Amino acid sequence: MRHILSILMENESGAMSRVVGLFSARDYNIDSLAVAATEDKTLSRMTIVTHGDDTVLEQITKQLNKLVEVVKVVDLNESRFVERELMLVKVRAVGKDRDEFLRLAEIYRGRVVDVTDKTYTIEVTGSSDKLDSFLETLGKTSILETVRTGAAGIGRGERILKI
Amino acid sequence: MQLSGAQILVQSLKAEGVEYVFGYPGGAVLEIYDALFQFNKLKHILVRHEQAAVHAADAYSRTSGKVGVALVTSGPGATNAVTGIATAYSDSIPLVVITGQVATPAIGTDAFQEVDTVGITRPCVKHNFLVTDINDLAVTIKKAFQIAATGRPGPVVVDIPKDVTQAMAKFSYPQEDVFIRSYQPVTQGHAGQIKKAVQMFASAKRPLVYFGGGVVLGNAHQELIDFIHLTGVPCTGTLMGLGAFPSSDRQFLGMLGMHGTYEANLAMQDADVVLAIGARFDDRVVSVPSKFLEKPKKIIHIDIDPSSIAKRVKVDIPIVGDVKNVLADMAALWKKQELLLSPTSLEKWWQSLESWRKRDCLWFDNDNDGDIIKPQYVLQKLAEITRNSAIITSDVGQHQMFTAQYYPFERPRQWLNSGGLGTMGVGLPYAMGAKLAAPDQDVFCITGEGSIQMNIQELSTCFQYKIPINVVTLNNGYLGMVRQWQELYYSNRESETYFDSLPDFVKLAEAYGHIGIRIDKKGDVEGALLEAIKQKDRLVFMDFITDKKQNVFPMVGNGKGLDEMVLPPHMRETPKDSDVNDVKDRDYDTRSVP
Repeated sequence: MRHILSILMENESGAMSRVVGLFSARDYNIDSLAVAATEDKTLSRMTIVTHGDDTVLEQITKQLNKLVEVVKVVDLNESRFVERELMLVKVRAVGKDRDEFLRLAEIYRGRVVDVTDKTYTIEVTGSSDKLDSFLETLGKTSILETVRTGAAGIGRGERILKI
Repeated sequence: MQLSGAQILVQSLKAEGVEYVFGYPGGAVLEIYDALFQFNKLKHILVRHEQAAVHAADAYSRTSGKVGVALVTSGPGATNAVTGIATAYSDSIPLVVITGQVATPAIGTDAFQEVDTVGITRPCVKHNFLVTDINDLAVTIKKAFQIAATGRPGPVVVDIPKDVTQAMAKFSYPQEDVFIRSYQPVTQGHAGQIKKAVQMFASAKRPLVYFGGGVVLGNAHQELIDFIHLTGVPCTGTLMGLGAFPSSDRQFLGMLGMHGTYEANLAMQDADVVLAIGARFDDRVVSVPSKFLEKPKKIIHIDIDPSSIAKRVKVDIPIVGDVKNVLADMAALWKKQELLLSPTSLEKWWQSLESWRKRDCLWFDNDNDGDIIKPQYVLQKLAEITRNSAIITSDVGQHQMFTAQYYPFERPRQWLNSGGLGTMGVGLPYAMGAKLAAPDQDVFCITGEGSIQMNIQELSTCFQYKIPINVVTLNNGYLGMVRQWQELYYSNRESETYFDSLPDFVKLAEAYGHIGIRIDKKGDVEGALLEAIKQKDRLVFMDFITDKKQNVFPMVGNGKGLDEMVLPPHMRETPKDSDVNDVKDRDYDTRSVP
C-alpha cells in the first residue's frame, strides 16, 4: 500500500542522507521525496512517499524514529490529509495541438508558464495521481520533458505535526 | 584561558572519566597526539592496527560497562576502524571513536588521506559528527558520550579536521547532560503493558524466559535472576546473553539457537508463552520465523529499542523500556498480586524439560580416540581449572560455539565475543581490552588458527604494555565452521578451508617475546593450562593441536525449525522416544572426514 510519511528533523547537513541511507540499506522503497526547511529554521520537514505492508511500514517508522536527528515521524495515511505535487511539462505544441493543450491545461487547472513557437511549458499541481493522469492525457509523443517535485502532504483540519 | 582543539579534546575525555584511549597516530591527529604527550594522565595504548584499537576499546567497554574510546587518523586510519565500529554496532556496545580528518579547507578536494568518514561509517554507527567549528567541539564530545551510553547503546564517531584541533578557543565542558530534543530514549516501561504482560505470563502452561545481550548491557542480571527464581520458570539465553543468568543454575537450559542445547531449543519451540528480554529473535536464534511460530505461542517482548520489537516475529505484548526497570516492575507486581503459575502445569513442563536435558546433548566421546585432543575437552578442563570464573574472549568459528557450549559462564561481562557481526580477529584485541579493564582477572582468548591470524600483530602490543593474557588456539588446521558446513551441506567439498601452510605459532609467540607452548596430546592439556595460570606476568600462547573431525552439535540448519536439529552422533543412535519424534536429521550426511 502507498503511504505518505511526514518527518520533522533537525535542519543539519547530513541529516537527509541519514534518512535516505536508511531506506537503501534496509531495502525499503522511496517513491518520492520532498524536503525543505520549515518556518522554524532549525527544523526541516521531509515528505516521503513509500509503499509496503503494515509490517514494513512499522519498521520504517521505528527505524526513522531511531535516527538521532529525527524529531517526529507521522504516517499521514492514518487519517485524512491533503497531498500536492508540482509538475512542469514541456510539450511540442504546433498546429491544432496548441489549442488542444491549452484546453487540457485548463481542465487540469494548469497554467502555461513559458511559450515558444513550438512549445508550451505547463505547470500543474495536485496529487500524484492527478499529475499521472495529466501526462497520460497529453500522450507520450508530445511530451518533451517533465519535472516533478515529489509529493508534499499535510494533515487535514486541526491535526498538526509540530514540536 | 584559550586551549587548542586537541587540548580541548583531551580535557573533554578526562572530564568523561576516560582511563584508556586505544589508538594509532597519523598526520591528521598529530596535534591530538601532541596534546596527549603533554597531558600524560590519559593512558594511551598504541595498537598495531586500527581495527584492533576499536576492538580493544569495545572489549574495555564490555568488561567495565564504561564507554570505550578509540583514536585513529583520517583516511586509511578511519577505514581500518570500520570493522571494529560495525562489530560494536551489531552488539550495541557504547564507544566513542575519534577520527582525524583533513583540514576543513581541504575537505572535498580528494586530499591526501582524505575519506568521507561520516559517510562511510553512517550505516554502522548509532550516530556520527563532523566537527567544523572549534566552539562546538566540547559539547559534541559530551553529546557523543551521552548518545553512546544511553538508550540502546552503540558506537558514536566524532570526525575532527586537523585545523579544528589546531584552532584556539575557551574550554568549558558541560556539567550536565546536553538536551537533545530529537533524542529522548524511553526507559520506563508502560504500566498498563507491564500489567498485561504479568497476567499473560502467569496464565502460561509452558512458560519460558528467553534473554539476550540487552540484560548484560542494561546491568539487569540481578533483576533477571530474581524474576526467574520468583516464578520458578525455565530460561534460556542467547550467545550474547550468556552469563546474565548463572549457567550452573538448574533453571537455566543452556544457550538456544543454531548451536543451542537440545533442551533449550525444544523448550523454545514448545513454550506457550515466551518472555523475551533484551533479545531480538535473531536468525541465529529462531532460524525461520514461520517454523518458529508453527506451534502457537504468545510473545511478550521487552526491549529498549522499539525497532527490535516485532522486527522478525509478531509480538503480543510489546514493552519499550530499560530491562532493569521493567523486570523490577514486573517482579513487584507479581509479588503484589501474589501470582502463581499453575503448579501442575509447571511440574509437567519441567518433567519434559528434564527428560530432554537427560539426553545430554553436549556429551562427547573423550575416551576412545587415544591421545587426540578434543576441543570440547580443552574447554571443560579450562572451566575446571579457572573455576568457571575467568574472563573469556573468543574469535569466530567452531571454537566460539564450543566455548559457548562448554564453558559455564556464571556472571555477566565474563564472556566477550562478536555475536552480531561475527568478526574473525576480535579475540586477541578483546583479551587486551578486557585485561586492561580487569587486571586482577585471568583472561583467556579462545581462538582458532584462522581467526588468530586476522589480528595476530597485536601480540606486539601485548608485549609492549606487558598485558599477560592467555591465548588458547584450538588448532585443527581447518576453517572449522566453514568446513563443517561444507561437510554437511556441500557434499564434503572442502573449498579453500584447509590450511596447509600454518606458521609455527610457538616460534611466532616467542618472536613477539611471549611464552609459546604446543600441546598435541590429551594428557598434556591440563599441565599447559595450569602453567598458563601460573604465569601471571607473561602472555602464554598455547597451540592445541585438536581433533580435525569434531563438529559443533546440535545444529539447526538453514531454513530448519528449532526442533529439527542435527543431533550429535550419540543421540542419533539412541532409539527415538516420543519427545524426539519430530527431530529430523535427514539432512545429515555421515561420510567420513579425511
